[in-house]
Amino acid sequence: MRREPPRTIADYTPLAFPAIMLIIFFVVPFSTMIAVSFFRRQQGGFYTPDFVIDNYGRFLSAFFGGVLGFSLMLAIMVAVICVAIAFPFTYLLTKTSRRVQIVWLVCLLSVLSLSEVIIGFAWSTLFSRTAGITNLLVAAGLMSEPQALLPGFGAVLTGMVYQALPYTILVLYPALVRLDPTLLEAARTLGASPLRGFINIIVPALRNTIVATLIMVFVFALGSYLLPQILGRPQHWTLSVLITDQAIYQSNMPFAAAMAVFLVLISLALVGLTLLVGGRREATA
Amino acid sequence: MMDTFLHRLGFAVVALFLAGPLIIVAGVSVNEKQSLTFPPEGFSMAWYEQIFTDPGWRAALVASVLLAALSAALAVLIALPLSWFLWRRIAPWANVFRLLGVAPFILPPVITALGLLTFWATIGFYGQPWTAVISHAIFFVTLPLVTLSLGFSSIDRSLVEAAATMGADDRLVLRTVVLPLILPYLVSGYAFAFVLSLNEYIVAYMTVGFTMETLPIKIFNALRYGYTPTMASVSVFFVAIAAVVFALIARFGDLPRLLGAMASDES
Repeated sequence: MRREPPRTIADYTPLAFPAIMLIIFFVVPFSTMIAVSFFRRQQGGFYTPDFVIDNYGRFLSAFFGGVLGFSLMLAIMVAVICVAIAFPFTYLLTKTSRRVQIVWLVCLLSVLSLSEVIIGFAWSTLFSRTAGITNLLVAAGLMSEPQALLPGFGAVLTGMVYQALPYTILVLYPALVRLDPTLLEAARTLGASPLRGFINIIVPALRNTIVATLIMVFVFALGSYLLPQILGRPQHWTLSVLITDQAIYQSNMPFAAAMAVFLVLISLALVGLTLLVGGRREATA
Repeated sequence: MMDTFLHRLGFAVVALFLAGPLIIVAGVSVNEKQSLTFPPEGFSMAWYEQIFTDPGWRAALVASVLLAALSAALAVLIALPLSWFLWRRIAPWANVFRLLGVAPFILPPVITALGLLTFWATIGFYGQPWTAVISHAIFFVTLPLVTLSLGFSSIDRSLVEAAATMGADDRLVLRTVVLPLILPYLVSGYAFAFVLSLNEYIVAYMTVGFTMETLPIKIFNALRYGYTPTMASVSVFFVAIAAVVFALIARFGDLPRLLGAMASDES
């Protein structure tokens, strides 16, 4: 029973249910959203079919520019910090025994699956005045009295790194596991220290993986919508928060949809770039 | 010696960073009084009881578990025939559907959430509990799709050919050879989707947020009005569920392989 092209209509039947579900509940909603982004907003939260580009025109405001700039900057910082920590960590992880690896993978998956609400709540507790980390510093005699470390930019950044770090490790894991161990052995035989071998051999060999991971973590961080609200002030709100805010609280669906379309375009461009980088990796390998 | 010490230190720092907030939350959750203090004052499991005895929290727990169980099942029902078809047939254009299944997971979640919100509002079902089941199934169909594709690709085709040579038709091969072989992948796909659906906030909030409270929605709403220790106990409870589910996957399946480490059979 080899793979063969479908010949009769009956051969296509398994495809029917998945195709119908994905088209009705993903393609149609997605198109609806694009359509709504051109609709005209009415007072009271309604909108009427129309073709206006006013919703996109609002992108030119200084406020939107500020939010967009902040979102991109925050996502870039999260991506760089996560890869800088995760790359050496994942490399060391792949050198440990299979048992140790599995325990770590279970823990990482558990943290990764945590709701953003729970992560936000956990960090807001850790940064709080009454139950927070500053109490430990006071106990150790490093501070005179406990204080709240939130809301603030540091808290938002920490929370988002916490959320994205397990993701980064799990994205890097397959590439690093499959890395040819003889590469480093050769460097060691030629007299390089493990650290030197890591920096001069492993990092350049996986340059494209690192770039692709940076982009994926960047897109992942762009999607964070609750942490900036729980851990930050309104000036720390990102595009994702603004979209939710416009859709739910300001009842301005067309503007929210326009921003979402814009976010899709940024993400798609970056995912495309990742595929391009990945494709080149396979071409050169 | 120095190296292994540094390695251990590195692992310890990452472990502390990942576990730190959860340790604090676990500590806070056993406070005797309704206060946000750490180290905890006194010891009490009362806030864990609250999850099951307080009508509000219990309703949210039941809603979340039902939503997760149903949506993960629907996600598997969508992913199984699709990945079987892609494995059994040569039809490159059908990969479009694989792409559609993976897209919601790669794009920022707020986009899928907003798309579904406009969709349900347009056709007039906004706020119906069952819309959340379909929304989550579409949002998380990626997970069973990826695990099942991996499962199918690991099947030795000569087994299937042997069965076919002995006269088994597609249906019989599927039931007697293929399904038993991919069962672990099917179960892990379901489990991944289940755990993530349990924790999901934005899609649930945008589709049924005003008519139904899932646990993440309930925690966030409670967070706005101040602190109750039940949030802490629910969080610990959720971490425990996730850890148990993933540990079971690791116990009965090949976790490194599921996460993309193809070379795991060599080590």
